Amino acid sequence: MASADRPRAGRQGIGWGLRIWVVLVAALLLAPTLVVIPMSFSASETFEFPPREWSLRWYEEFFSSHAWMSSVLNSLQIGLLTAVLATAVGVAAAIGLDRTGFRGREMLRSAAMAPMIVPGIVVAVAIYGTFLRWQLNGTLLGFVLAHTVLALPFVVTSVATSLAGYDRVVETAAASLGASWWTTFRKVTLPLLAPGVASGFVFAFVVSLDEVMIALFLQTPDIRTLPVQMYNSITLEIDPTIAAASSLIVAITTIALLLPQLVRRRRSES
Amino acid sequence: MSSSTVATGTAGTASTGRGRRPRMVNWTLLPAAAVLLVFFFYPLATIVWRSITEPAFGLDNYTVLFTDGVSVTVLLRTLRTALIVALVALVIAYPYAYAMTRVSKRGRALLTVLVLLPFWTSVMARNFAWYLLEQRGGLIERFLAALGIDGVVLLGSVTGVTVAMVQVMLPFMVLPLYSGMSAIDRRLLDAATSLGASWRTAFAKVYFPLSLPGVVSGFSLVFIVTLGFFITPALLGTPQQSLVAQVIETRVSDLLDFPGAGAFGAVLLVVTLLVLFAVSRIARPTAALNQAVDRG
Repeated sequence: MASADRPRAGRQGIGWGLRIWVVLVAALLLAPTLVVIPMSFSASETFEFPPREWSLRWYEEFFSSHAWMSSVLNSLQIGLLTAVLATAVGVAAAIGLDRTGFRGREMLRSAAMAPMIVPGIVVAVAIYGTFLRWQLNGTLLGFVLAHTVLALPFVVTSVATSLAGYDRVVETAAASLGASWWTTFRKVTLPLLAPGVASGFVFAFVVSLDEVMIALFLQTPDIRTLPVQMYNSITLEIDPTIAAASSLIVAITTIALLLPQLVRRRRSES
Repeated sequence: MSSSTVATGTAGTASTGRGRRPRMVNWTLLPAAAVLLVFFFYPLATIVWRSITEPAFGLDNYTVLFTDGVSVTVLLRTLRTALIVALVALVIAYPYAYAMTRVSKRGRALLTVLVLLPFWTSVMARNFAWYLLEQRGGLIERFLAALGIDGVVLLGSVTGVTVAMVQVMLPFMVLPLYSGMSAIDRRLLDAATSLGASWRTAFAKVYFPLSLPGVVSGFSLVFIVTLGFFITPALLGTPQQSLVAQVIETRVSDLLDFPGAGAFGAVLLVVTLLVLFAVSRIARPTAALNQAVDRG
């Protein structure tokens, strides 16, 4: 039963053809986004690319412009509030779904997943129409509530994944030793679910930070999020400040993703 | 609500203490149910309701939609674009996802980070990047000119929108694919080849069918998200080649025509649900994506 004629059927490793493919796909995934970095150091007033002269003026503009800075602050504020609200509501829902035995469970789960499935533009228009009547557009609360709805499916799924590998005997043990249900939840359930809760929180924050469609409708001259400011800087005015904003986002995202990898490698080597 | 609540042995009670505190169950679901009902289902119901009651009760908004000669064209264009984007993304992502299951642990970490980076990077930043590449005098035009193909400006064309969408959606394809493939037991391939199947046959008859749930998940996820995508076509396309999302947006923000937008939105929603229903027998796209993300 010699299988020497199958070079790739080993436990590991990939052939040259596949290697080249992987490199090409990796380039397609990463390379296009990187053009914003040289663009951000341009000296020109236009989106001319590649730039002819270099300067830091768009970074200066980004950090000194009231419009850009307030959009960053708005986005961070809305993102954090959304993450807190969506995590609180989503963790409770995930636990509830996990412990509900009745037949409506699948329906409830689908309802919680629905915001992920309904086309973004439809959700945006629907919420805008309703918020117009409730006078919620252009308010921080409006942004947070709309983003919480969108972030909820991500929180519920993250926590549900943690719950899948969670044995509830420990709760029974805590209760039998005299812990109240609240103490049990705080001291036993929550710490064990922490990874799922944390990833749900991060997800909710990023979903809010990145959301453009609803934010486009809810914007007023007084309150805009960063993605909306970026959108307007391309469509309404040719404002290269967006290149500086994009480059900072790309840099921050990359650092945030690579840092845990590097730290883990350090630890595993030491 | 004290701990002395007696376990009442509700449905699904196992010896693990399931069914304790049945009262807790009810209220933990309430906040989420309230948020979803008030800020999601109610607005959706309202806009659909308005599409059949304003200006008068009836299906006028829908008959207009199907007879105005433009909307159907836009809808078909959107479906075609979404289909092309999903197909191209699948062809590009399949070998990559396969490679992810075959490399060393360190290699897998690297390939995963490469997928997650664009996944986490701002959609606006990536669309702006494509704007720079596709504009007149941009890198793509110069590159093609260097190859002797002159005057190709992708900005403002369906092709330009499609190319950018594929790249923006690629992580959404790779993650469910990888999630599905990493669960495949490779010993089945060894079994097939030991019984005399060629590598190609083993792949076609064993591996590919087993990877189908991941394929269906990724494909339907990309297809659905692309159907409702607004940013990329709005930035890189033209009004003459509009997709559904742009038409809905224009109706609302320029004309405040909520009934008309609602009708178009309802049609888009029905198409989406049909796609989901068709694939629900095979896979659950959102679940697969989340599993993939959790692993990442």
